[in-house]
Amino acid sequence: MSLALAKKYEEPTPVTKPSNPIIEVRGVSKVYGNDVVALDNINIAFETGHLTSLLGPSGCGKTTLLKIVAGLLQPTAGEVLVKGKPVTGPGPERAFVFQDFALMPWASVMDNAAFGLKMQGVPRSEREDKARHYIAEVGLAGFEKKYPHELSGGMRQRVGLARALAVNADVLLMDEPFSAVDEQTRRKFQEDLFRLREVEKKTFLFVTHSIEEAVYVSDRIIMLSPRPGRISEIIDPAIPKGINPDDLRRNDVYLDTVEQIWQGIRKYVE
Amino acid sequence: MTLFGFRMPKMASLLVWVIIWEIIGRFELVMLFPPFTEVLAALGDVVTSRSFGEAMRITVQSYLGGLGLAIAIGIPLGFLMGLVPAADKMLNMWVNTFLSAPLSALVPVFMILFGLGTPTVIVTVFMFAVWIIVLDTRAGVLSISPSLMEMSRSFGASRAERFKMVLLAALPEILAGIRLGMIRGVKGVVIGQLLVSIIGVGALFQLYQQNFLMAHFWALVLILFTIALTLAELVAKLEKRVEYYAGVRS
Ligand SMILES: Nc1ncnc2c1ncn2[C@@H]1O[C@H](COP(=O)(O)OP(=O)(O)OP(=O)(O)O)[C@@H](O)[C@H]1O
Ligand SMILES: [Mg+2]
Repeated sequence: MSLALAKKYEEPTPVTKPSNPIIEVRGVSKVYGNDVVALDNINIAFETGHLTSLLGPSGCGKTTLLKIVAGLLQPTAGEVLVKGKPVTGPGPERAFVFQDFALMPWASVMDNAAFGLKMQGVPRSEREDKARHYIAEVGLAGFEKKYPHELSGGMRQRVGLARALAVNADVLLMDEPFSAVDEQTRRKFQEDLFRLREVEKKTFLFVTHSIEEAVYVSDRIIMLSPRPGRISEIIDPAIPKGINPDDLRRNDVYLDTVEQIWQGIRKYVE
Repeated sequence: MTLFGFRMPKMASLLVWVIIWEIIGRFELVMLFPPFTEVLAALGDVVTSRSFGEAMRITVQSYLGGLGLAIAIGIPLGFLMGLVPAADKMLNMWVNTFLSAPLSALVPVFMILFGLGTPTVIVTVFMFAVWIIVLDTRAGVLSISPSLMEMSRSFGASRAERFKMVLLAALPEILAGIRLGMIRGVKGVVIGQLLVSIIGVGALFQLYQQNFLMAHFWALVLILFTIALTLAELVAKLEKRVEYYAGVRS
């Protein structure tokens, strides 16, 4: 054990309640089958325009929570409100980005990116213009006619991102979107995420396994404990905005926050 | 194939068999095997004969009828089994039984049910072809990634749209099933006609055999094999195109 680990940490600053929450999760529990309690009475609110990460050991219910917010899963108890209205299923104000991209292999980049718009009944020329804009936005201009199997993993996830952005949802739900891409692409994605949050004014719910990633990109980190999944800690990393990645790795706040989270998770991993 | 360390082209092995056939034929060891050259000579005879044209017409008719029926029933049945677990439980055992059962043994039953004619042959083709189409379609439907279905739901796809996605996702497997069904169907049409033996190619085989026209007999066999292989090759080509669009399934 190194000296750094023995160092005392100050109490985390008490977290503020979101003043303008876009999503409220109220008393949500999820039981799979008869006895797998994936989530146990979760209460949280997500601030509009913020990037909130869900962090926790494998199997603690991050995906389950995200899918309940997406309307893809029914909670066993409790409810989710989006802009004050209870969620009964998927809706146009929420868009999902999938860990395994979930692209249609038979459709071109253009058709994949325009899928959500097509389902909303947007006429062809209009939806293709929009899709083209977001394909360019994620850095895939010129690839519109390619098929998913002609793209790298990172490029495929960009298509998934363009598809989610094109429907102009207020909330983007991302389930470990960068876990299947290489480290460099991941960095680039994280930068993109900042830009999207500033430019598009979206709210992000972001599931990740990586403590470093969560601390770097999040306004708020929600830590879940494993079965039954409960909120164990809420952390607002106060990383200086616009810090460049090299300075980040030496930044004290960054290092301390990573350490603090690691200490919190350790007890479950051991 | 390699021979003494040399790579032989595909056709070469065929050539070896043809030569062996020719030699056996020359020695007149077995009355059943005339020399290959004689068979080739008979080929022209067979193809130009009026009875051949008529036989082919009937054969193609019953083949297409049976195959069309197998596709029209096999794909929906495969869908049902892939999408409804209860239906799958009920049908799976039977479909697998019929797939591996000696179906030629059932042809006499069809003859009693459908008479000595084209309907029996159509049913035989159907029974030979349909089960593999059912099972491959089922496999295709079951292999769809759950996240693709979640994706379609989360972006608000209608039921019809989701069904279309299942169909497209299962298309490579469905085509593979149809290709195998086509090959089995050729077996079905020949066996059916042989057993009914008064129509189509079956009648021709009967005719050649009774008159000891063995060269003609083998020429007809050769023609049928060529047709079957060409058909399978055509579907395989189509399949490649679809695989290309489907890309690597991941
Ligand atoms: N369909 C299901 N049926 C039964 N149990 C399930 C189902 N889906 C998830 N679980 C269980 O619920 C718990 C939470 O699963 P979930 O996928 O939400 O975890 P996670 O935090 O996303 O994990 P990971 O980090 O590995 O993705 C796990 O223990 C899992 O085994
Ligand atoms: Mg998960």
